Parts: sequence; C-alpha cells; structure tokens
Amino acid sequence: MRPELELISDWIRPGARVLDLGCGDGALLAYLQKYRQITGYGLEIDTANTLKCIQAGVNVIHADLEAGLADFGDSSFDYVIMTQTLQAVRHTEALLDEMLRVGRQGIVTFPNFGFWRHRVQVALQGLMPVGKTLPYQWYDTPNVHLFTIRDFEELCRRKRIDILERTVLDHAHQAPLGPRLWPNLLGEIALYRLGRA
Amino acid sequence: MVSPQTAYFTEPLALDCGRSLAEYQLVYETYGTPNADRSNAVLICHALSGDHHVAGYHQDSDSTKPGWWDNCIGPGKPIDTNALFVVCCNNLGGCKGSTGPTAINPATRKPFGPDFPIVTVKDWVRSQARLADSLGIRQWAAVIGGSLGGMQAMQWAISYPERVRHALVIAAAPRLSAQNIAFNEVARQAILSDPDFHHGHYYEFGVVPRRGLMIARMLGHITYLSDEGMRAKFGREMREGTPNFHFNFDTEFQVESYLRHQGHAFVDRFDANTYLLITKTLDYFDPAADFDQDLSAAFHRAQAGFLVISFTSDWRFAPARSREIVQALIRANRDVSYTQVPSESGHDAFLMPIPLYHEILRGYLTRVAAEANAHAA
Repeated sequence: MRPELELISDWIRPGARVLDLGCGDGALLAYLQKYRQITGYGLEIDTANTLKCIQAGVNVIHADLEAGLADFGDSSFDYVIMTQTLQAVRHTEALLDEMLRVGRQGIVTFPNFGFWRHRVQVALQGLMPVGKTLPYQWYDTPNVHLFTIRDFEELCRRKRIDILERTVLDHAHQAPLGPRLWPNLLGEIALYRLGRA
Repeated sequence: MVSPQTAYFTEPLALDCGRSLAEYQLVYETYGTPNADRSNAVLICHALSGDHHVAGYHQDSDSTKPGWWDNCIGPGKPIDTNALFVVCCNNLGGCKGSTGPTAINPATRKPFGPDFPIVTVKDWVRSQARLADSLGIRQWAAVIGGSLGGMQAMQWAISYPERVRHALVIAAAPRLSAQNIAFNEVARQAILSDPDFHHGHYYEFGVVPRRGLMIARMLGHITYLSDEGMRAKFGREMREGTPNFHFNFDTEFQVESYLRHQGHAFVDRFDANTYLLITKTLDYFDPAADFDQDLSAAFHRAQAGFLVISFTSDWRFAPARSREIVQALIRANRDVSYTQVPSESGHDAFLMPIPLYHEILRGYLTRVAAEANAHAA
C-alpha cells in the first residue's frame, strides 16, 4: 500500500462517511473500508475505473468533478478527499469551496512543484520537470495547474481555509526531518487536512 | 432448454385501483439451481413488451429464438446461472400466459378485455412477492431490470426492504416525464381509434386492432433508438430496387421498411389491451408520490445496495433521469454505484451485449453471488 494511503487512513476516524473525488480504481476507499470501516462514495470520470471500483466492491459514481458537487448536501460527509487530483482540475478554487461545503473536513494531496529536483530541471536544464510524481511530458499531462506548497498555503490563507494538519513526504515517500524543516524544497508530495470555521 | 411453469394464486390480490383479482396465475421460468436456503435467487423484471422467457430456448416450434436477454443470462454469462438461481415471470396484465386482458374472466366466462383492471408497478411487485413466497424465496439476492423492469427493481427495494439485498436499475427513470407520457398517449390513441378496436372487445369480433397496435409499436420503436444510431444503421438509404423516388407513399427508405417490419412482427405476438394497460402502468409509476414527492425519503426505507446504469444516447430515459435516482439514493445514505455507458443504441442499449455494460453487471453480480453462497454455506 502506498504510504500516502496509510497516512490518510491515520487521519480518518473509524466509521466515518467519506467522499473521494477522483477515486481512480477505488484503492483508497477499499483500504479505508477495510481498516477504518468507512462508508461513502468515490467520484470518477473514467469508466474503466468505475468498472474496477465495482469489481472491488467500492461505491462509485460516474461523474465529472468539473460539474461541481450539486448532488451532495452541505456537510453530508465527514471527510472529502482529493488525492493527486487538485492539480488536474480546471476549477481549482471552486472545487476547494465545494469540498469544504460538502465535507466537514477536506483532505488534499498533490505533487509539490517546488521540490528541489523539479527546480533543478527547470532552472538548470531549462525543461519542465518530469519525475516520479510528475510522470508526464508537458504535452500529454492531465495536470493543468502546477503549484508549490507555498502557493497552496497562500491560497488557503486568502480563502480562510484552516490547515489542520500537514505531512510532507520526500523522494522516498518518508517524512523525515528534512521535509519538515524545508517542505517546499525537500517535499515531493504534500498531504493536508483542511477545515473551515 | 427451458419450460415455462405456472403458479396459481387463489387468495385475492387487492390492487391500487381499488379493485381486486379474486384469483390469478403467473407464468414464469427459472434458470440455474437454488442453493440450500435459496439465497442465490435473483428476479429479472421485464419491460413493456417482454415476458417470462428471458433466456434459453423453448422446446416447441419457437425454439430457434432464445429468450429476450439470453446474451446476458446463462452459464458463464454476466448473470451467471452457474452461481445464481434466476426467476422471471410474465407480469400481471400481460399477454403471454399470466392473467391479463386475454384471460377468461371467471365472472363472465369471456375474456377480460378492457375490463381487466389497470395494474401498477406496486401491484406487480406485490404479485411477484407472492410468487417468491410460493418458490420459498425469502429474500432476493438481487432484483434486476431495465427500463420499466428497473422501475420494478426500485419498487421492490422500497416496498419490501427486507426482501431485496441488491437492486440493479438499468436505463430507468424515477417517473415518467411529460414527454414520455405524451408518447404513450399517442400510442394509445393509435390503438383506441382503430375501427377494429371495438372498445377493447375485439376478441368477440374475431379481429385485432392491427393498424393501431402497429403504429403504437412503430412510434415506440423510434423512442428506443437514437438519432445517431438510426443514422448509422439506415441513413437515407433507399430500399433495394428503389433507385429513385416514386413520388407516392410506398415504403421507399430503409428506415420505413424497418419500422413497418417491427410493427407487423409485434402485432402477431402482442395484445393491444395489454399494450394500453402497460403504458398506463408506466405513466402511473411514481414512488416519490407516497413520500411527499421526496424520492430520497422513499429510498430511506430501502436496505438494498443499488447499481444504476444509463446509456449516453438513451433519450427515452436519459442519463439525467438515472442521475436523479442516484442523487436520491446518495441523500438517503444508500449504497449505490453508477456508470453511464457510452452507446449509440439509445434506450435499446440495455438489451445489447456492450462489453463495458456486461463487465459491470458481471463484476457486481460476482460479489452478489459470493455473498449469497457464503451465506448459504
């Protein structure tokens, strides 16, 4: 299991009601069902993935996140999760708002564009970064918004979103001292637990 | 090979219209083998023109034609009869052996004809529950249906929450739209205005309202197909031997020929009074009406897990209608999965062996069967 999923799982209260935006093949929800006894749904746009979710026994709703979350009532979930999805949506701000309308808390993970290896590629090689968390070329990437940890926290401040918890993982997907001290430079993946007063 | 069976019921069945049926029979077929506690039983509900012959072949003269969903039901198929015990009945009011307008009214010793009560989806579900009782099935592993069959699956989950573990609702709608009702009304008027209709007593005159029923079927058929599907299949192709316009009303285009063929074939196998009745059954279906127009309140009492499937080019019961069902289920905190399957086949897609669609059914039902058979073991 990816360490990212275990870390998210640590943040989830047993028996919680969870909505996973862009749930892919349902691996996170299947994990949370097993280890946290959660209920809820995944939203997924790709039918190959909705099929995998159904095969895995995960509730999945075929939907386009860009159309918003109008089907879901205010505070109808304990957690709304977006793993490695925020950078791939067009209406980033609107979706963050929707996330914290529908969920009491939001959990977001994304690849940190400010990770030192990415900086090296841009600054020294003059190339858009390609790596483990950004595995695409500029012309075939599903990512439409690339941003850094500092960028994200600045947006949260401006939107009055509370950062309840943050974990930053390094290249080996561990969370040692380095990324904790210099997250925007040494962190490759950022995980946030968010709320709104 | 499969043979239809008949279940007789002598306890009167009270109907939504206020009348009751003193006695009635349901014709049904079964496929596969029940497990020890019959927890692997699934009910297939048929749509407007369907019947109990859902899979396999009959031994009689008709044996070249398999059941209407044979591509989906059988050993190793998505609804796998190696693991599931499949039951399908002809609904009350039908014309394939279950009590309906063509049956003899014991009170008059003549066919019921137009005097057969208009039954609702709730009435059907009630009668199917009695069939389940007679077969010793306490709880269905799944109730499955497309179109009007999907409406029965929903109604089952609402009417008998403790008797349905899963409801598979395919190409359905939570109720008919004004446009849906309007199409039904034109179909009805075609039949009612046929001079051979005789106020529904045509059996006594030795005729059938062929023209009316044929037009009704042709109209219905258009709503089952999609614009893109018809374009791909027929385009503006002329019939063979018709190189030029005749400037009259002969059948010139392929699509005309196809519709007439569909209409003719239907008249030979279906009863006009049943057609009228079932269009009203469709029009009346509205489970939210019993719950202050709140569909999620209706689903709140359901205990089943739901699988909802729609098809992109279906405009009779468009994907948006399935989304209404899904939204109500989410608001009722029910387990639900939903996929909109890409298809050019319009409403008819639910009968087509579309790989993604069948894989979804297979994936879902594999778990249903495992659950049922673990239960029994």
